[in-house]
Amino acid sequence: MKRSRIWSWVTFALGAAYFFIPLIATVEFSLRMRRGEYSLDAYRVVLADPRFQQTFLYSTVVAVFTILIGVLLVVPTAYWIRLRMPRIRPVVEFITLLPLIIPAIVIVFGYIRMYGSSSPLPFLATNRGADALLMIGYATLALPYMYRAVDTGLRTIDVRTLTEAAQIHGAGWTTIIARIILPNVLIAVLSGAFLTFAIVIGEFTMASLLNRPAFGPYLQNIGANRAYEPAALAVIAFAITWGCMSVIQVLSRFAPKSANNPN
Amino acid sequence: MSETFLSIQGVRKAFGATTVVKDFILDVARGEFVSFLGPSGCGKTTMLRMVAGFEEPSAGSIMIGGRDVTNLKPNQRNIGMVFQAYALFPNLTVAQNIAFGLKVAGVSRAESDERVREMLAIIKLEGYEGRYPYQLSGGQQQRVALARALAPRPKLLLLDEPLSALDAKVRVSLREEIRLIQKKLDITTIFVTHDQEEALSMSDRIVVMYDGRAEQVGTPFDIYNRPATKFVANFVGTLNVLDGTVKDPARAVVHVDGREITLRNGALNGTRAGDALSLALRPEAIVLGRQEGRDSSLVGEIADVSFLGSVIRVKVGVGKSAVSLDTFNNPASPPPVIGEKTEISFSSGDLLVLH
Repeated sequence: MKRSRIWSWVTFALGAAYFFIPLIATVEFSLRMRRGEYSLDAYRVVLADPRFQQTFLYSTVVAVFTILIGVLLVVPTAYWIRLRMPRIRPVVEFITLLPLIIPAIVIVFGYIRMYGSSSPLPFLATNRGADALLMIGYATLALPYMYRAVDTGLRTIDVRTLTEAAQIHGAGWTTIIARIILPNVLIAVLSGAFLTFAIVIGEFTMASLLNRPAFGPYLQNIGANRAYEPAALAVIAFAITWGCMSVIQVLSRFAPKSANNPN
Repeated sequence: MSETFLSIQGVRKAFGATTVVKDFILDVARGEFVSFLGPSGCGKTTMLRMVAGFEEPSAGSIMIGGRDVTNLKPNQRNIGMVFQAYALFPNLTVAQNIAFGLKVAGVSRAESDERVREMLAIIKLEGYEGRYPYQLSGGQQQRVALARALAPRPKLLLLDEPLSALDAKVRVSLREEIRLIQKKLDITTIFVTHDQEEALSMSDRIVVMYDGRAEQVGTPFDIYNRPATKFVANFVGTLNVLDGTVKDPARAVVHVDGREITLRNGALNGTRAGDALSLALRPEAIVLGRQEGRDSSLVGEIADVSFLGSVIRVKVGVGKSAVSLDTFNNPASPPPVIGEKTEISFSSGDLLVLH
């Protein structure tokens, strides 16, 4: 074996160890709830906890609505920018990156100040309002991922020609977006959707400061008070995230293939 | 010309300070096949896009079937269009692509299915209805694009360089197919191309465009044989240009390389003795050596010989000019030799005076 190849394998092994040893340790620790033997007791306790079910369900519903907000906001925007305003693309890209630079805590304090019960838009005066604000906040946090995913999807198709081809055959904007553009970037949209889901499920700062019964604060609460259950929860959260990533990979195989393959 | 179907009157298009189409006027008869021919950047595609409704004219009007469509959106014009890049919808099958316009128009399922079958038969792709665009060759994709454009029975068909992405063999067979289908359906068609051979072989009339203007509008025969301007003469076909001097404008006599040549009566109207001028001659109008029936000749030297199989292309240096001509390959006589003195002859009536 060549010397360079040995070093490649050593580097790979060190990287893999860096990622997998803590994971294996967490899994191993989560199985040691019963003294002297491995068991799934910690998982049983966690899954049977009604607060787990409530918070997980709440976060799932919030994630679904966040995805809807993201899709409705990002798909037409990214499409219109590619079609009619390509010059402002760098500006929009910069704006969509801001949530990566501005910490969630800054955004949520801004929300609390702007939308408190005494403001003209009192989102925080009711639970439904606070839920809506949380979803809007999550849509903002997921914006860099959703926008990039959709924009990458749009890059793979000839947006302008397909739009013109649909227009000349009588289609209006709704038909063009619903029947031509969205199906052709669906896989990209789903990628963005699953990334959004992964972010929302584990998010703590916004949910905690807006006092919403989400999965993130529950994870933190369990972590502060129990021994084995937090490890089991971490493994479950990790499995959900990786499940989402795997679904993206599987779905990408079904993406519509480009038709531009001249003889 | 029979009844005008498409009327373009004084159309101008400017992008900022740049005017890309200038005072374009054209009447197209119902069922006519008209090509916009010109080099890149001459405004032919912009003109087509204005007819389609993708660009709004800065001035002028466009009428289709007697209706002013200048300010109508593309989806309100009832036009079919085939794009250079096929533009088939990748997420739809061949049948769904063809039926797209019908579905948008609210045509019933049964009628739509029938129309799709009819279109597949016309483009000879029966059995391909379930395939996706990526499963087809370029030629097949473009035929599907043509069927999609024709399925809603549009009033006007626009073809925007539909053959340029295909290889040479497919291009030739598809252009014949397009012309046959167009004649069969008797649909008024505008075809944009930069390929003169395509334009000459397919069109009823050609609009040669240059710098945003229609330089000449005419039948392929007229465009090739009676080019109206120097640009048209140079752009369409191969052309030999000889430099000459006017000797006697009244008798239409010029001097070319020391020899006197008499042109058609009136060919030198507007010129004065001593004026320099350019004369053009198609390669097929010239023969090597003297030949009966050809009243003019020039002396030169063989500068280059290219053997092209059935044809031999010969370049003859005449004075400061080089004249190209084609002779048929004759196995019994060897091709001319470079450096050999020779005479070329032609009919003075074939000479074109370039303005």
